[in-house]
Amino acid sequence: MRVKVAMGGVTARLARFYRRSEGARGLALLSPTMIIMVAALAAPLALLTLYSFWTQAGYGVDTTLTLAQYADSLGRPTYRALFYRSIEISAAVTLITVLLAYPMAYFVAFGVEKSKFIWLILLTIPFWTSYLLRIFAWKLILGYNGVINSGLMSLGLIHAPLEFLLYNPFAVVVALAHAWAPFAILPIYVSLEKIDRSLLEAASDLGDGPVRRFLRVTLPLSLPGVIGAAVLIFVPTTGDYVTPALVGGSGGVMIANVIEEQFDKVGNWPLGAALAIASMAAVGIATLLFTGAMRAAARRIH
Amino acid sequence: MSEDFLRIAHVSKRFGGVTAVDDADLAIARGEFFSLLGPSGCGKTTLLRMIAGFEYPSAGDIFVEGARITDLPPNQRPSNMVFQSYAIFPHLNVFDNIAYGLRKAKLKRAELRKRVEDALAMIKLDGFGARRADQLSGGQRQRVALARALVQRPKVLLLDEPLGALDKRLREAMQIELRQLQKSVGITFVFVTHDQEEALALSDRVAVMSGGRILQIASPRELYEAPNCREVADFIGEINFFDGVVRARDGERATLDAGAAGTMTVAAPDAAGTKLLLALRPEKISLSAAGGRVAGTVAAAAYLGERSHYNIRIAGRDAPVSVAAQNTAAQAGHKVGEAVHLDWSDDAVLILRS
Repeated sequence: MRVKVAMGGVTARLARFYRRSEGARGLALLSPTMIIMVAALAAPLALLTLYSFWTQAGYGVDTTLTLAQYADSLGRPTYRALFYRSIEISAAVTLITVLLAYPMAYFVAFGVEKSKFIWLILLTIPFWTSYLLRIFAWKLILGYNGVINSGLMSLGLIHAPLEFLLYNPFAVVVALAHAWAPFAILPIYVSLEKIDRSLLEAASDLGDGPVRRFLRVTLPLSLPGVIGAAVLIFVPTTGDYVTPALVGGSGGVMIANVIEEQFDKVGNWPLGAALAIASMAAVGIATLLFTGAMRAAARRIH
Repeated sequence: MSEDFLRIAHVSKRFGGVTAVDDADLAIARGEFFSLLGPSGCGKTTLLRMIAGFEYPSAGDIFVEGARITDLPPNQRPSNMVFQSYAIFPHLNVFDNIAYGLRKAKLKRAELRKRVEDALAMIKLDGFGARRADQLSGGQRQRVALARALVQRPKVLLLDEPLGALDKRLREAMQIELRQLQKSVGITFVFVTHDQEEALALSDRVAVMSGGRILQIASPRELYEAPNCREVADFIGEINFFDGVVRARDGERATLDAGAAGTMTVAAPDAAGTKLLLALRPEKISLSAAGGRVAGTVAAAAYLGERSHYNIRIAGRDAPVSVAAQNTAAQAGHKVGEAVHLDWSDDAVLILRS
């Protein structure tokens, strides 16, 4: 009996602590995600970081801490060129996707009166099939005997198939921009939808025509959505591996393809780890520079 | 027609099958403080938005100084608007908000700065230029919206319930400021409100609207003292209605039988037997312990500080008569259940035909 009473006391005290402490409740809500994040993300990342300071020795690893892998990653011109190309390709993808997504988001936010929901669902259609299938579809469209080439040839506009369509950075940009479009449309749509319509009326009332009004009110107020969309696309596409592997050819190889080689064919895990960490740092720095520049630009608009 | 500074000529607006504004026809003089008054959904805001250019009339025309502006977009109209939500640009500070419409005018830097600073001084917000919109109180936002519109030096300033979101004290202070401002800048104001006290206190003239139609356009005093129909009388202040029948005529005057309210003699050209609607304002009725036209009992009493409000039940009438009495040193006030006598002058009785 006494034990039961004591137990009851402990549970009651715990329950009271739980109810009163906001921190404890927050932690309880977070913990399922936290467990997964720690086990599947933080721990492997820590291991990867550790590996990047080691050296490959035959089939084993020399665990003496060294910066040699980083010196190799950043020093060798091939890798440096790949870093630049990855950033360039994904910057191009980001720019093109945001530029194409903005009018679509604008249309749904301002042009559609009712059933916006259906339009938003329609925008997610590219997601309804597997990413691999979509890339193979692009191969069919852009390929040597693909839809574009055979179409243009049957129209008599060209005599030999165009070769610049597939297996190069262009194909990578096209496939990625198509795949990531919904990720750009949704945040931009949300930020446009939030804009108080009376602000637009006020701008017109104060003398702005449609173009000036867009540049002075709509665009700056939708900038958070644009920045969000850009980051959301830039960060994952820099490290994309499948798309360049399938449609990039030799000219479209990106950093992730080399990282994969180090872990797989070459079997130099420490170098692969150092390349991976360096590419994370590069993306992080590029993102910070970009958001900083956008915010500074936003402040200068009158 | 030189007096018609702003002319709204037979303007109607239909949204689908709904007529929001039905044949509005009015002329506003230069420098006038003109109010559109009515309950929500009466079409007053739609009419204002048609003057601003945010809606286009389904029929009719709008002229400013004789120039037709009906089809002009808002940015080409000689009017500016103070929005109900104030519509302060959240990404700009106070200075840039006020300067917004001036940047297009290609003013010199110093000239622009001077005009914005003069505007800030006018609304008593000197030194607030660098504040962000979210650092302003409701009253300050309202002033910034006002300054942003006035700095454009519009011919007509349109105000869409600009005081609606403010608390009572601030609203009363802003009413006085607004009126003084309007007199000093001399700009024509078109003011939309559902608050009849506000409309009466501020305006040179008021248009009372209901169901898309303009019922009466008159000075505040005339609206209150001589409403032209039951709806206007009912909407402006409180009022008691009685049914009356003309019993006898004597030249210009007619003797009426108003049932429970007794008989009275008023100036009316109607023939004997004509049914009339009579109306009597609560403050025109006096209460006394003895002596008066009609006897009744106090059904409800509300003490409102400088005056008290009573509902008096009288024999032969379902609705109680509402009476407002000034609380003076001599008047102690009446208690519920007390027997009282009601009296009024025949001249205070309004005759409504509709």
